[in-house]
Amino acid sequence: MTIKGKAYIAGIFEHPTRHAPDKSTAQLHAEVAKGAIEDAGLSKDDVDGYFCAGDAPGGAWPMVDYLGLNTKKLRHVDSTETGGCSYIIHLGHAAEAIAAGKCSIALITLAGKPRTGAMPPRAAGAEADFESAYGATTHNAYGMCAMRHMHDYGTTSEQLAWIKVAASHHAQYNPHAMLKDVVTVEDVLNSPMISDPLHRMDCCVVSDGGGALIVTTPEIAKSLKKPLVKLIGHGEAMKGPRGGKDLDLTYSAGIWSGPRAFEEAGITPKDIKYASIYDSFTITVLMQLEDLGFCKKGEGGKFVADGNLISGVGKLPFNTDGGGLCSNHPVNRGGMTKILEAVRQLRGEAHPKVQVKNCDLAIAHGTGGLLGVRHAASTAILERV
Amino acid sequence: MSEAKKYPAPVTNPETAAFWDAAKQGKFMIKRCTACGEAHYFPRAICPFCYSDKTVWEESSGEATIYTYSLMRKSPTGPYAIGYVTLKEGPSLQTNFVDCDLEKLKIGQKVKVVFKPTDGAPLPFFTPV
Repeated sequence: MTIKGKAYIAGIFEHPTRHAPDKSTAQLHAEVAKGAIEDAGLSKDDVDGYFCAGDAPGGAWPMVDYLGLNTKKLRHVDSTETGGCSYIIHLGHAAEAIAAGKCSIALITLAGKPRTGAMPPRAAGAEADFESAYGATTHNAYGMCAMRHMHDYGTTSEQLAWIKVAASHHAQYNPHAMLKDVVTVEDVLNSPMISDPLHRMDCCVVSDGGGALIVTTPEIAKSLKKPLVKLIGHGEAMKGPRGGKDLDLTYSAGIWSGPRAFEEAGITPKDIKYASIYDSFTITVLMQLEDLGFCKKGEGGKFVADGNLISGVGKLPFNTDGGGLCSNHPVNRGGMTKILEAVRQLRGEAHPKVQVKNCDLAIAHGTGGLLGVRHAASTAILERV
Repeated sequence: MSEAKKYPAPVTNPETAAFWDAAKQGKFMIKRCTACGEAHYFPRAICPFCYSDKTVWEESSGEATIYTYSLMRKSPTGPYAIGYVTLKEGPSLQTNFVDCDLEKLKIGQKVKVVFKPTDGAPLPFFTPV
């Protein structure tokens, strides 16, 4: 049993807002749902599967009701919550449900407003008494990974900075990007230290916004007007400190989700023309590229340096929308926007200045949770038909 | 320095109460599985490695080395350094480094456990030897 080729992404929508104090979170979900359904050329009453994560107010049943979905038709729901990569996991789960005949038109939504106000805290896990007092945040949890990666492999701040530089080269062409200025390695190194060894420009933006996807059967996708983008491989995985045994913060769960996706797709990283890689921090990108097999473990620093991730310049164009580092990071969850830009590249709808020529194979990969503490990862491999 | 920092009291539960009772006596406890021999942290009733329920409390030496760290330059309570240390007995765990010059922390540095008070049981931290 495989989901290879059993599901297509027929509709996409990214909310143009980056700051939405005048809107409700549920409203943003509705706006992105409407956008994706219209992009596909469908109606809300066609939707028979709904997927959402922890950002959806109240969870699945209040959202299904609020969104006015057709409850006589809706027959599959999934509220898997794995932080920022939830939506990449949803994509795989939607394909599984479609392959099993459990639904035929799945809607996945993400939206929220962390730039407008504080996000509600995550529910405590069994580790709470033994960790919560130590103040793990995204910044220092990823800082701990970067510090150890530098120690073990000689990775440098200059190499990490190249990831931000590449993202900024792409963001200059995105009219919605929060940060449109092209920056240099020196700019990154001269930005204030936030949590060693990560500088401010190693960190992504905080933005309001959202995005949505329509995932459907091959038959329905072919009856619609959009260029055909199919899911050919998918993987998911989790990693934590496992009782403190053999702690190694230099790799992520992507080391398992990536090979699962590539094996299902029957391709290798060398075949990929465009990569959407979750960029909560520069170190996130570097570690994911290694874990996914774009280079050997420990060689990510050399791989990302000298513009290798810049479209039209390097060998692996990445995050051509400017990514989380420059464009947006809706709800502090980067998985959705990773899929959206990968689909735009495969459709040929990316900005002409960053569009990859003959882009027929793309990867969208993300993590959720804290890389240096406990996290999930998910990998999707997409093909233009 | 973070001496003035107020830390939250552990909530505790039946599975971990013995850890906090020992902490009140200044003892830093880990769990060891008598079936597979592996030590682990934070403490569980069921061994996370072999799923045996034959886990027992063991006092740790409190001696450890820094696996990694990150110095958070700003926070509402001032700068602080989070990290992981690897205990002499094997398990690695998350902590903060206290009572030291945070700028001088280094991976591989030897540290030892030190307890800081809360309104409930004290919390374990680590400080350079």
